[in-house]
Amino acid sequence: MIRVPRFLLRLLLVAAVLAIWEAAVHLFAVPAFILPPPSNIGIALWRGFASTLYIDHLRITVAETLLGFVFGSILALVLGTLIALSRRVEYFLYPFIVMFQSMPKVALAPLIIVWFGLGLTSKVAQAAVTAFFPLMVNTIVGLRSADEDRVALMRSLDASELQILTMLRVPSAMPFIMAGFEIAMVLSLIGAIVAEFVGAQKGLGVLIMSMTFTMDVAGQFSVLLILSLLGLLLNAVIVEIRKRVLFWDASQKMTEQAPVDAKL
Amino acid sequence: MRRAEGALAASADLIAVNRLSKTYRTRSGAVTALENIDFAIAEGEFVAIVGPSGCGKSTLLKILAGLTPASQGAARLSGTPIVGPRRDIGVVFQSPVLFPWRTVLSNALLPVDVQRLGRPQLNAAAMDLLALVGLKGFERRYPWELSGGMQQRVAMVRALIHNPAILLMDEPFGALDAMTREQMNLELQRIWLERRKTALFITHSIAEAVFLADRVLVMTPRPGRIMDDVRVELARPRALEVMNTPVFGGYVQRIRARFQATGGLDS
Repeated sequence: MIRVPRFLLRLLLVAAVLAIWEAAVHLFAVPAFILPPPSNIGIALWRGFASTLYIDHLRITVAETLLGFVFGSILALVLGTLIALSRRVEYFLYPFIVMFQSMPKVALAPLIIVWFGLGLTSKVAQAAVTAFFPLMVNTIVGLRSADEDRVALMRSLDASELQILTMLRVPSAMPFIMAGFEIAMVLSLIGAIVAEFVGAQKGLGVLIMSMTFTMDVAGQFSVLLILSLLGLLLNAVIVEIRKRVLFWDASQKMTEQAPVDAKL
Repeated sequence: MRRAEGALAASADLIAVNRLSKTYRTRSGAVTALENIDFAIAEGEFVAIVGPSGCGKSTLLKILAGLTPASQGAARLSGTPIVGPRRDIGVVFQSPVLFPWRTVLSNALLPVDVQRLGRPQLNAAAMDLLALVGLKGFERRYPWELSGGMQQRVAMVRALIHNPAILLMDEPFGALDAMTREQMNLELQRIWLERRKTALFITHSIAEAVFLADRVLVMTPRPGRIMDDVRVELARPRALEVMNTPVFGGYVQRIRARFQATGGLDS
């Protein structure tokens, strides 16, 4: 028997699905506005990029997503730190947090458009609001996760609370915060697209809406493909940063007997 | 007991603990962890405290490290009462408590960073101490790359780097296997002979206490009290073989007998 590499099998499977899809659409004469064949989607993609139409919209959506991510993250880190450090802040913010937590953030989109207009600001605001919550929760949990023995060690060295925060609690929180960044990036893209649906002049969400009106379903599929690739790329960036920041996290268990063995 | 001249002697001692008690409030009432603890440690002395699990010996160490206040009485270091964490104390805990994001060298320099003593001045000292404990060449490694025994040596260097007046150790080798533990006892003796740092070593192993210490304080089960103060007259450096001698056995037997009299020996 010939051993085929697994990734080749995977590629073959994708190709087979596309081929069956293509054949089925032609065989059963499915109307293009219900389900376009993959070839049409490919053509739409090529045309979109050839005319710079997609690039123009893509650029806007990426800008909204990244700005939303940045502002949402800053808000989440600041609020999360305040809450983690002060039970009093937590106590008084708690009702707001609970109310905000249970509300689907995308439902705020129409209101945010009214407040911030049809331009970039409203999209950034929506992306930030959508992204911020899980990161804030992770920041709180992370900052409170510092090992008690390590805190005792810092105290025995006569460390100030600020030193315990910067030298111990923040590094201890990094695994949680990086996981929060990953979620925040995904949510930021969702927030930007939803806000574009509700009201915008440019962006991939706008493009999808306009294609709905012209029944350009192949076009819509091509934009969805771009969005999924964009999501993949943004996630890859965070994962890469995470790997570099958390180089030490791979073997968390400090007390275990480990690789390098000296004489004793 | 034997400290009739307590007040006078205390002024000459590095550590003086006077009628120290610790009571915890729990839901089922007050629990007395330590009761009327009285002892002193002279400069350069190696003292071990041996006692069964739960006799409050770790609580005693926490009080001396300034991590927990005493309920009554006081502990003094160099004449001043210990009321909070102090920079002239070095502590080694039961687990190494290293920071995984810091290298071995950087972990050893943690007190230097916290107390802003200046890395340039103490970098060489840290390298020397790491070499002394046999970790030369491991300075740039991370803790998770080290064995448990090696990690505990890093913790020891960290406890010594800011040149504290006293080294407090809370069952530092309790988590290690028996073989590594014996080796670490030898290493600790070697380091101590080299630096002559005043040391207080807490353990529940009678043999370990006798092997390492100049004096062994024997604690009763809860509430913890000092019931004996045994001076170990064994020449240094002590080899592991000393454990097979009748004199060593005599010390162990004397301490064990004290425990058996109180019915508090747990192993």
